[in-house]
Amino acid sequence: MSIASSIGNYGIVQFLKRNWGRRSVIGIPYGFLILFFSVPFLVVLKISVSSTDALGIHFQDLTSYANGIFELKIKLSNYIFLTTDPLYIETYLSSIKFAVINTLICLIIGYPFAYFMARSPATMRPALLMMVSLPFWTSYLLRVYAWKGLLDDNGVINNVLIWLHIIHDPIKMMYTGFSMTIGMVYTYIPFMILPVYATLVKMDLRLLEAAKDLGATPWKAFWLVTVPLSKNGIVAGSMLVFIPSVGEYVIPELLGGPSTLMIGRVLWDEFFSNNDWAMASAVAVSMVVLILIPLAIFNKFQSDSGGARGL
Amino acid sequence: MNSRLGKIWLTAGYLFLYVPILTLIIFSFNESKMVTLWGGFSFKWYGVIIHDSEVVNGFFLSMKIALMTATASVVLGMFAAFAMVRYKSFFGRTTFFAHINAPLVVPEVITGLSLLLFFVMCERLIGMPERGIFTIWIGHTTFGLSYAAVVIQSRLLEMDKSLEEAAMDLGCKPFQVFYLVTLPMIAQSLMAAWLLTFTISLDDVVTTAFLSGPGSSTLPLVILSRARLGLDPTVNAIATITVAVVSVGVVAGSLWMSRQERRRAAEQAEAYREGMQAISA
Repeated sequence: MSIASSIGNYGIVQFLKRNWGRRSVIGIPYGFLILFFSVPFLVVLKISVSSTDALGIHFQDLTSYANGIFELKIKLSNYIFLTTDPLYIETYLSSIKFAVINTLICLIIGYPFAYFMARSPATMRPALLMMVSLPFWTSYLLRVYAWKGLLDDNGVINNVLIWLHIIHDPIKMMYTGFSMTIGMVYTYIPFMILPVYATLVKMDLRLLEAAKDLGATPWKAFWLVTVPLSKNGIVAGSMLVFIPSVGEYVIPELLGGPSTLMIGRVLWDEFFSNNDWAMASAVAVSMVVLILIPLAIFNKFQSDSGGARGL
Repeated sequence: MNSRLGKIWLTAGYLFLYVPILTLIIFSFNESKMVTLWGGFSFKWYGVIIHDSEVVNGFFLSMKIALMTATASVVLGMFAAFAMVRYKSFFGRTTFFAHINAPLVVPEVITGLSLLLFFVMCERLIGMPERGIFTIWIGHTTFGLSYAAVVIQSRLLEMDKSLEEAAMDLGCKPFQVFYLVTLPMIAQSLMAAWLLTFTISLDDVVTTAFLSGPGSSTLPLVILSRARLGLDPTVNAIATITVAVVSVGVVAGSLWMSRQERRRAAEQAEAYREGMQAISA
């Protein structure tokens, strides 16, 4: 037994260990999340397999018991539709495609950015760091909206280019894959920069000197020392960018067009426009599955590498 | 890598981060209704939004919900953080961690939809709650609690437990230890968590859209409905006010925190010096 755990018999620890204290400290947040996070998800799961009454309004119970017969009715048609309808399959693939593109661009722009931040004079770093996180505090909706004004046919970029006589007719940028991708990169790049920066700034620079002494060129030292040492930051940043961008709704709604199918937007439309609760629920369940896969890989990776935390 | 490339990369990166916000601000002072064509400087749109009841009501509603969310999140998040850091084993600990992390990674369309269907079910079964402030508050608190727990947890992990033990040895009651030692030591992280959850709630649109009822349009919902229709100068004016308030708040907040940090360090050094003098005397 360590000193810490034997001292644990005194003080606040002892107070908290008293049953009621301990129970409420664990139980209150736990109960809150079970009631308002897990149970609602079970409701979604249930509705996704429920059949409706003749009018199609009320969902029927999954189980019924009458005359000694216990019945369990599970309606799979929503899921069958999801896995056979080409539009849904295309939407899934397209969501993953845009999320992957977004993650890669964030990495390509964000990694060098974080690297140069971490290698700038120590006195400048707090200011540089604050300047990366400041936009994160301002409204995300408004930052996405800002790109509408920039990329529109009559937007700032087209106006400037026409004024400079570089182009004569406006370039079509809004409501395309381009406008949506730029909006996603803009929104999510701080999530890549911050964890990568956190790993790079902690790095022992003497390792680079050692590499140099052993004859590595700076470029080689970068690839063989710096990049592997920042692997945890890269993985954490990639997950922080990839996972929310798969389910993104606001960016495709404001900057995307007919060609930019995203699953989050489809769920929204099923619910708000088509009023199809069962279908929206089935989409939600399949989205969770879609996100659990990369998350499971990530968790395995983290436990393999000693569980460093990015953000 | 050479420093010139570094300077160029950083400059380009910061331009990318700030130019869109700057254009948003510049065009809020545009006389013309055409958002992107400059028609002269004016405060016209600020006058318009002050008298726009939808915007004003939305703003006050958002502030109210954000205050409620931040407060509830910090209290629940502090409990959760204590549970995660101080209790190394309890029944369902792994599931507890999963519950704290899940709201951070599950897309908001899913949490929004599931909470709404849950509330609809409750309404059918027990006749409440009605959709509105209460349901939005619960929705925001589910992920606010998780963010707060993560922030407070990292402070608790690095906290020196020996100070609590010293207070105990000097005869403090458990509650006194909490108020006099633990709370001041984690106060900064509580403040940070409060600010973070406040802004997240103030900004949230997806969960809110699912959980709002008639007459509970928060400011982001008003902005979303206008932004969907196209460019709208009133949105630019709202954006400028938001950016100004947030920048002042964040800068002031971080200055306050670093001052607190310095003061605490100075106090500790002073106490240490006095202690050493007392020993040597």
